[in-house]
Amino acid sequence: MFADWPILSLLIWLPILGGFLVLAAGRDAPHVARRLGLAVAVATFVASLPLWFAFERGTAEMQFQELASWIPAFNVNYHLGVDGISMPLILLTTLITVVVVVAAWESVKDRIAYYMAAMLVMEGLMIGMFAAMDAVLFYVFFEAMLIPMFLVIGIWGGPRRVYATLKFFLYTFLGSVFMLVALIWMYIQSGSFLIQDFHALQIGLTAQILIFLAFFMAFAVKIPMFPVHTWLPDAHVEAPTGGSVILAAIMLKIGGYGFLRFSLPITPDASAVLDTLMIVLSLIAIVYIGVVALIQSDMKKLIAYSSIAHMGFVTLGFFLAFYIYRNTGDWEGASLGIAGGMVQMISHGFISAAMFLAVGVLYDRLHSRQIADYGGVVNTMPWFAAFFVLFAMANTGLPGTSGFVGEFMVILAAFKADFWIAFLAATTLILAAGYTLWLVKRVIFGAVANENVAGLSDMNRREFFLMGVLAFFTLLLGVWPAPLLDVMNATIDHLVAHIAQSKL
Amino acid sequence: MDTIYLLIVLAPLFGAIAAGLFGRQIGRTGAHTVTILGVAISFILSVVVFWAHVFGDAGIYNETVYTWMVSDGIHFEVGFLVDNLTAMMMLVVTFVSLMVHIYTIGYMKDDPGYQRFFAYISLFTFSMLMLVMANNFMQLFFGWEAVGLVSYLLIGFWYKRPTATYANMKAFIVNRVGDFGFLIGIAALVFYAGSLNYTEVFAEAESMRDATITIWPGWTFGLLDLALIFLFIGAMGKSAQVPLHVWLPDSMEGPTPISALIHAATMVTAGIFMVARMSPLYEFSVAALSFILIIGAITAFFMGLIGLVQNDIKRVVAYSTLSQLGYMTVALGASAYAAGLFHLMTHAFFKALLFLAAGSVIIAMHHLQDMRAMGGLRRHMPVTYVTALIGSLALIGFPFFSGFFSKDAIIEAVGYSQIPGATFAYWLVLAGVFVTALYTFRMFFMVFHGEERYDQAHKYMPDHGDDDDDHHHDHGPLQPKESPWVVTVPLVLLAIPSVVAGYFIGPMLFGDFFAEALFVLPEQDVLATKGETYTGVIAFVLHGLMLPAFWLAMAGLGTAWYLYMKRPELPGVIAERLKLGVRILEDKYGFDRFNDWFFAGGTVRLGRALWRYGDALIIDGLLVNGTARSIGWISARIRHMQSGFLYHYAFVMIIGLLVLMFAYVI
Repeated sequence: MFADWPILSLLIWLPILGGFLVLAAGRDAPHVARRLGLAVAVATFVASLPLWFAFERGTAEMQFQELASWIPAFNVNYHLGVDGISMPLILLTTLITVVVVVAAWESVKDRIAYYMAAMLVMEGLMIGMFAAMDAVLFYVFFEAMLIPMFLVIGIWGGPRRVYATLKFFLYTFLGSVFMLVALIWMYIQSGSFLIQDFHALQIGLTAQILIFLAFFMAFAVKIPMFPVHTWLPDAHVEAPTGGSVILAAIMLKIGGYGFLRFSLPITPDASAVLDTLMIVLSLIAIVYIGVVALIQSDMKKLIAYSSIAHMGFVTLGFFLAFYIYRNTGDWEGASLGIAGGMVQMISHGFISAAMFLAVGVLYDRLHSRQIADYGGVVNTMPWFAAFFVLFAMANTGLPGTSGFVGEFMVILAAFKADFWIAFLAATTLILAAGYTLWLVKRVIFGAVANENVAGLSDMNRREFFLMGVLAFFTLLLGVWPAPLLDVMNATIDHLVAHIAQSKL
Repeated sequence: MDTIYLLIVLAPLFGAIAAGLFGRQIGRTGAHTVTILGVAISFILSVVVFWAHVFGDAGIYNETVYTWMVSDGIHFEVGFLVDNLTAMMMLVVTFVSLMVHIYTIGYMKDDPGYQRFFAYISLFTFSMLMLVMANNFMQLFFGWEAVGLVSYLLIGFWYKRPTATYANMKAFIVNRVGDFGFLIGIAALVFYAGSLNYTEVFAEAESMRDATITIWPGWTFGLLDLALIFLFIGAMGKSAQVPLHVWLPDSMEGPTPISALIHAATMVTAGIFMVARMSPLYEFSVAALSFILIIGAITAFFMGLIGLVQNDIKRVVAYSTLSQLGYMTVALGASAYAAGLFHLMTHAFFKALLFLAAGSVIIAMHHLQDMRAMGGLRRHMPVTYVTALIGSLALIGFPFFSGFFSKDAIIEAVGYSQIPGATFAYWLVLAGVFVTALYTFRMFFMVFHGEERYDQAHKYMPDHGDDDDDHHHDHGPLQPKESPWVVTVPLVLLAIPSVVAGYFIGPMLFGDFFAEALFVLPEQDVLATKGETYTGVIAFVLHGLMLPAFWLAMAGLGTAWYLYMKRPELPGVIAERLKLGVRILEDKYGFDRFNDWFFAGGTVRLGRALWRYGDALIIDGLLVNGTARSIGWISARIRHMQSGFLYHYAFVMIIGLLVLMFAYVI
């Protein structure tokens, strides 16, 4: 019954318009801004649920499609639709936005209406980006989404926010310009901006490689991959808690989504040529970044580096396919790797959100993110400590939590590609345990380290609720990932069948 | 039957959740009642299951509980495989767990974390049951890591102690090194068999023997050898085999009940269980068996030696556990899986008994653990004394005690084995018998006999620096007394199987108890060779009295008596003479120092260097900020042109116009 409703449009415009409403009504009334912001976020989340329940499993077709002409002169359309790859990401977005809005309740004191508005507008833009089937529409959302993020970091950020914003801007802008060129080139070739039409284009190898590199510039920065990752730790450190949560839980996934939506299906032959590069960069992310994470003294930086290492599994899983084919002669294992990368993205959405929230909980109390300022937090905040250990364990990929699922799938698939890829990827078991548990040991365990820690009060009900929600999903996905895989399988199998066909 | 299996697993989980999340609401009594009830249900049902499988006609149960996920045609499932092997493990796990639950009421009675402790040990029981009942590799790995998690939580139970939080992190990370290998092993098997299910993977075993994998150009391995050695690396972590043994002695930082349950009786034997469960695979890889044999033998002998120089009562038992795990591993390597499992079972009883007895002593000594301040406790603690004696005799393999049967079987099996390295292993396990008897009775005599040295307690009191634990230290003379019934009853209940469990040697080793669960190639079946001459328990014992192992054990016992009862001044003299040897043993062969310096320190140094030069200098310094600087430089130059004077702009415009015109003309 929902299939014909314009749900996607609703999900895009409800938060955007709601955001402006919050701004108008709540500028001088923080209470109104908070409540209205929450109402809009919850309404959007509820409105996104039909996507999950009415989604038709077992087909790779775009669903919930909406089509309207936008710029007829260039054949640009307002064309929306979701498949098994984008739908879970949209649900993640609506859920995390509720979390972020609730998290800002007390901790954002300055210009709350603007903050809520920025978050809601950003939500709508991100959903638009995931739902866009038209490349121009995609590009518009892709760029527009950055504006509220700059504002969030620039206005509510830390002392070095200007440097962080500039770095963020420089990186992402450099990336997306090349993507725009590639999109226009493909429009000239196909006469259409429909992404599906790009998939069908027959492109020569040289052109494919150039297009691949253009997309690589855009998406590798976003996810981020080594060596274009250094903006992320700075952005996280300066961003307010909510900004970090959105950044880690959703924005990074845009890079991964882009690889699946553009790079692999449009340029499969270039991907096959350059997959060694992608795999090597992914493994560097897992090993090198894992080692670098170990020595961070700032909690947010540590978690940011940990995010990069975890995203290494996403790109690794995505680009195993061709390697597997060359090694074994068939494509079995390719969709395991891609699905593993997808699961890793969703799972990281919960875990990293929770980790950044946890740092936020501490920061709200002591105004420090330095590990050295803490110690023995469990003595004064037992419930917080319990959640922290749970999410730390999920971060180390403990079975039974969502952190395990994707890594397990990618490592199984990696072995089909090459022994050493699996070997290096599996070192995350040791490295992630090292940097995460050392963090836990220094912050959570031990005797009360100083007077500040002695004066800490445990989480309030609001914070407890946030952690509880994320813990629920982390455990659910860890104990029963089948529903998520059922949604994605058809799309991913279709993708693998598509990239198995050479376009030369 | 389905419901019973599910109930066995879920009852402890329910107890754990109730005590863990609602500990404050249900209080101390509520917490121990609900968890003990859960584990008791588990135990009783395990008895039912054991009965049905061993004496009844229940066949092998192998069913899926639910589908975890499906991806790429591979079914990831959660399911149970129950045969005689599983039934035995379930019985051992739930029985020891129940004893430990009851014992904990007494041991932890003053602890502020009472409810939390019960939640953890029930959660452990759930995880361990998931591990032993798994019918596929994914669930095995789940249980494998989940017991590691609970072990982590319990070693660090007294989280204010720096030593405890160091030990639990070390335990988890060292175990992760093993799990790293374990996961690679699983991936290798899935690579070939395309399934995670035991039966489906086992079906491919024979054909997998011929498959090879090229690791490096010109460097080709048998796929099965590679997979199984990596799987065993997992077992080396969990079952604390050299060189991944380093976490186990430190794990003694945890409360004593968990040392008995997790770090002696159950979790550390997971590796032994795993290899035995995989016997249909291991049988086809002589390389893997040989590797196992040698690692096990090294662990059995050299870890036992360290036990000789320890003064902390729990650490002696811990090194003894390492050594005994080595014995079990040796049995696996010799293809005598049944003997390894048999020793696993007897060891679970007598080692849990020894640990709990040690705990009882520790209670009496007001949390003092150093044996140099004990002595003469037999007069004050008769029940602990007698049960500890039973445990010690079982450990050294005294005739008619359970350890005698299981250890003798292992030594003889290794003697018959033709696997490369078997001769080496045989001499080490044989020599280990003497060492075992020596350290065991050194401990026994120092604790229960000789003069009372309680006045020296202050010298050896651990300084843990926590405040609420140490209130009950009165500074008057220590007057040890027997522990309450919740402590002594489990001791007695564990003492019974420590004696009688050995009498099952007939069916378990030479009968068909494990016929369906274990697979042994006829040409490697050393137990069958031994079984040809087996005529009964009495004959086995009489035969054993003529073997060198028995006399070595007696020699060890005698030496301990001479050194610690007859001439107590001698050990000091000997230690003085053998200074270098003692120093090596006290240094634990330098493993900890090397790991701290090379692995822990090395990784941190590497991280610093990579961060400083990779991220900060090259990427940010040269590339990113370099770009930003260049842009800044260019814009600074350009800014000079924006001087604000109209004639400048006019001048530039004219020049531009001229350039354009010339361009057009040319």
